[in-house]
Amino acid sequence: MASIIDIKEECALNVRDFEFTYKGASAPSLKKVTMPIAKNSVTALIGPSGCGKTTLLRSFNRMHDLYPGNTYNGEIEFEGRNILGAKEDLIHLRTKIGMIFQKPTAFPMSIFDNVAYGMRLQGIKNKTELNDRVEKALQDAALWKEVKDRLKNDANGLSGGQQQRLCIARAIAVEPEVLLFDEPTSALDPISTQGIEKLVIELKERVSIIIVTHNMQQAARVSDYTGFMYLGELIELGHTEELFVTPKEKLTQEYITGKFG
Amino acid sequence: MTATQKRIIINRLALAFSTLSAVIALAFLFWILAVLVMKGVDALNWNIFIYEGSPPGYEDSGLKHALIGQLILVGLATLIGVPLGIMAGTYLSEYGKSSNLAHVIRDISDIMMSAPSIVIGAFVYAIVVMPMGHFSAWAGAIALAIIMIPIILRTTDDMLQLVPGTLREAAFALGAPKYKVILDVVYRGAKAGILTGVLLGIARVAGETAPLLFTSFNDNFFTTDLNEAMPSLTVTMFNYAISPYDDWQQLGWAAAFILSMFILGLNILGRLILLAGKRK
Repeated sequence: MASIIDIKEECALNVRDFEFTYKGASAPSLKKVTMPIAKNSVTALIGPSGCGKTTLLRSFNRMHDLYPGNTYNGEIEFEGRNILGAKEDLIHLRTKIGMIFQKPTAFPMSIFDNVAYGMRLQGIKNKTELNDRVEKALQDAALWKEVKDRLKNDANGLSGGQQQRLCIARAIAVEPEVLLFDEPTSALDPISTQGIEKLVIELKERVSIIIVTHNMQQAARVSDYTGFMYLGELIELGHTEELFVTPKEKLTQEYITGKFG
Repeated sequence: MTATQKRIIINRLALAFSTLSAVIALAFLFWILAVLVMKGVDALNWNIFIYEGSPPGYEDSGLKHALIGQLILVGLATLIGVPLGIMAGTYLSEYGKSSNLAHVIRDISDIMMSAPSIVIGAFVYAIVVMPMGHFSAWAGAIALAIIMIPIILRTTDDMLQLVPGTLREAAFALGAPKYKVILDVVYRGAKAGILTGVLLGIARVAGETAPLLFTSFNDNFFTTDLNEAMPSLTVTMFNYAISPYDDWQQLGWAAAFILSMFILGLNILGRLILLAGKRK
């Protein structure tokens, strides 16, 4: 049986008996996952390749809906409702739950337009407001000093680490409640990685963060809670220090000591 | 002689033979260009751009009618063909993807690309010229547009598919509706490629004669009336070239030269845009 700690504080998301099946698959890729996600903290998802951690992450903003034929079962509670409902407004949901991808995804437009993109989608046209919020987002993403003199330049001219921080700025500019990070540093060098990790820790004061990572050290460095997943199941969820030092499940212990993975 | 020496000799022979073949193939291209430039430049003068056609033997005869007619026909075909081609390509890449309908459209479009252009001319004759009762610029432009659509459709489809899927996902993740994702992110990412496809499509139809023969027909006089027969460089060139009059033949060479330079220019421009897009 899985060992899931009871989170005392307020939860941003509550996953209950969640199952996910890809189109045409005979068995679900996620099996009866139950997982509370604490508010204003960082929850890391670790586990070997194919364990379902990215599949779970992409369920929180219903990214799977872009490809027809996938099925959700169970419940993911967010702001008092089950977001898996057929009537869920996905556009609204995705402005509340933002996402950062493995590879930087700077749009083919200027740095300013990249950060302003989400706000413009929400109908914000006021120049001063846009300027202020773009600057604020870039400052919060620790990128302002590097780009303030070239906001009109093409965003693809930035380095990989800068582009990733640009994507973070773009995501926080619309003031989401939750941010999903899908292996955000696996395409970056160690110094850029350090910058992103620092940012993740800073951002949790304002947003709840879920981060998928292949790197256990990274999970230990940035997260408050860690979930270990294996073959589509959540094996263990606990305080990060406890999970890495005194895991309750045998599988978790074997994974974090490198017996498989 | 050892086996190695034998292999080296065979290798050299093969290299020499394939190089020679390439040179011969290219030589024809340069030969054509050289003849065109010599004959064409010889026949060029300002009168060509000032006067319209006239019976053989007149001093004041030119190609103004055919030049303007050509621009109108190609321009009109572009206005019809480019939006249709781009929208159909967008459907294939962004909506149809690998559905059965999308596969059928892609296959038909590929077949259309190799359809004899005179057959398309005959088709337009039957569905536009016959009901209207007369030749018209519209009919010519529609025939050219039909030839242009599959080219633009296919390049648009290919170029849009080159835009990484994660870029689309990132836009969706910010709460963008699908049409916004396509307009703001996907089109921008594929801009250079689509523009190149459009230019190559225009270049392809600009040199067509057969589909115009019985659609826009031809005329020796200047007109901008889209409901009338309209002269084009290609058909004019054809008519002048087979005529027995020396001055008409001269004008034919000039038309050939101007047309070739226009198409060469479009092709080079298309390639430059693609290169510039890739370098970024």
